[in-house]
Amino acid sequence: MRIVEKTQLMTATEIDRTVQRLAHEIVEKSGGTSNLALIGIRRRGVPLAKRIAQAMRGIDGVDVPVGILDITLYRDDLSKVAAQPVLQSSDIPFPVDDKDLVVVDDVLYTGRTIRAAMNGLFDLGRPKRVRLCVLIERGHRELPIEATFVGRGVQTSDTEIIEVRLNEIDQEERVMLVERVP
Amino acid sequence: MVVPFRFGHMLGIEPLSAEEILFLLDQSKPFQEIQRHPLKKLATLRGKTVALAFFEPSTRTRISFATAAARLGADQMNLQAESSSLKKGESLLDTVRTLDAMKPDCIVMRHSSSGAPDFVARNLSLPVINAGDGTHEHPTQALLDALTIRDRRGTLKGLNVTILGDILHSRVARSNIHLLSKFGCRITLCGPAMWLPRELECLVPAGTSIRRVTRIDEALEGADVVLTLRVQQERLHEPALALDEYILQYQLTPQRLRRAKPDALVLHPGPMVRGLEIDPAVADGPQSCVLEQVTNGLAVRMALLFLMIGADSSSERDSSHAAD
Repeated sequence: MRIVEKTQLMTATEIDRTVQRLAHEIVEKSGGTSNLALIGIRRRGVPLAKRIAQAMRGIDGVDVPVGILDITLYRDDLSKVAAQPVLQSSDIPFPVDDKDLVVVDDVLYTGRTIRAAMNGLFDLGRPKRVRLCVLIERGHRELPIEATFVGRGVQTSDTEIIEVRLNEIDQEERVMLVERVP
Repeated sequence: MVVPFRFGHMLGIEPLSAEEILFLLDQSKPFQEIQRHPLKKLATLRGKTVALAFFEPSTRTRISFATAAARLGADQMNLQAESSSLKKGESLLDTVRTLDAMKPDCIVMRHSSSGAPDFVARNLSLPVINAGDGTHEHPTQALLDALTIRDRRGTLKGLNVTILGDILHSRVARSNIHLLSKFGCRITLCGPAMWLPRELECLVPAGTSIRRVTRIDEALEGADVVLTLRVQQERLHEPALALDEYILQYQLTPQRLRRAKPDALVLHPGPMVRGLEIDPAVADGPQSCVLEQVTNGLAVRMALLFLMIGADSSSERDSSHAAD
């Protein structure tokens, strides 16, 4: 099986512009930011959440705390994977009880990652509200989960893969559509 | 990211590399966090079964493994020496084969004979975790000690470690000697001469600093870590040693502890007998890590169960769909 790049979906500038817009939308639709907190899902949700928090600081000086969530222990397919994933620490340095949470991830696909993230969050307490913010939404949901804040919607087939590359992790900055070719 | 090591069995510390040990300690960190969650129960190992086969009485290790399995969502089978059919004359192999026939995903085993878990591992196609065998090894105890030391000291490298008490009969001492010597620790064994077998010096790789000392003041000088062992009173009569003589010469007291470094850690695997091997003022003092060790034991055992039976080890399926 080969993986071929079909097209580039976003450049570095477009990613940055989208992050700025998402930050504005979250501030606008939250009815106050004092109770707000962002939760970045490992791995690429983490730099995205930090960038959105940074952008929000620029909007009206709001300092929104950012937590990090590793969902490995909450995955529903662990007993089916042959290669065991490495666990990483979660780091949510604030109580989630009664918080207005925005979960941040790079791609929304089946919805299973978000299901796992919500299980993880509810083990920590009872948030007042949980919303979802993703850079790319690509359809093919297997669970009744939708994002409140979407960077860009992309029509895909299920043999296609969205590759989000971020400087903090990948030392490059772009979003690609690639395809598995047998 | 996929795990760099496979742990088919966990029979002892001896065959592990320093990298494997550090990996196990790193994988225990997320489970230390879980112990602080208001809701500590995960569903990660839902549908898996852990067989706990304790052929020798045990309270804390059994409860720790049982709690670790429960917090991961696994079910348990419990076999305890007192109620087992061993009393009726069944062989070890027949007993574990019977357990195996009920299809657990791994077996956690304690036995009074050194090498019993190894024997079982060779005869069953099931992951075996050694929860203490005779005077051989108690690997999860050494791992939880290492996690405790690393948390407090930031490193395991090059520490002065004094192990105090009945080293001859201690599997905890052996597993710790194996582990610490892989990180270049300088090890001092201290106790009555009859409990300091010379062959322990052969356990460690060449070049390791390991010495046997019968005078406690000398043994504690400059120690970073003092690992106190339980005095197994049932062993005291072997070559006669009066209890009060042991207390007089070897009890870890605040005065004696002053010989060690000011921030030296005091560890004890439990059960601790206050007033015998350890003075209550030391057991409850700021240098004591005893309760941290217990909590860390849960984290280490959860990590081990997760790594050994979390993923489907029976197939080498294409894993390209796995999230990283």
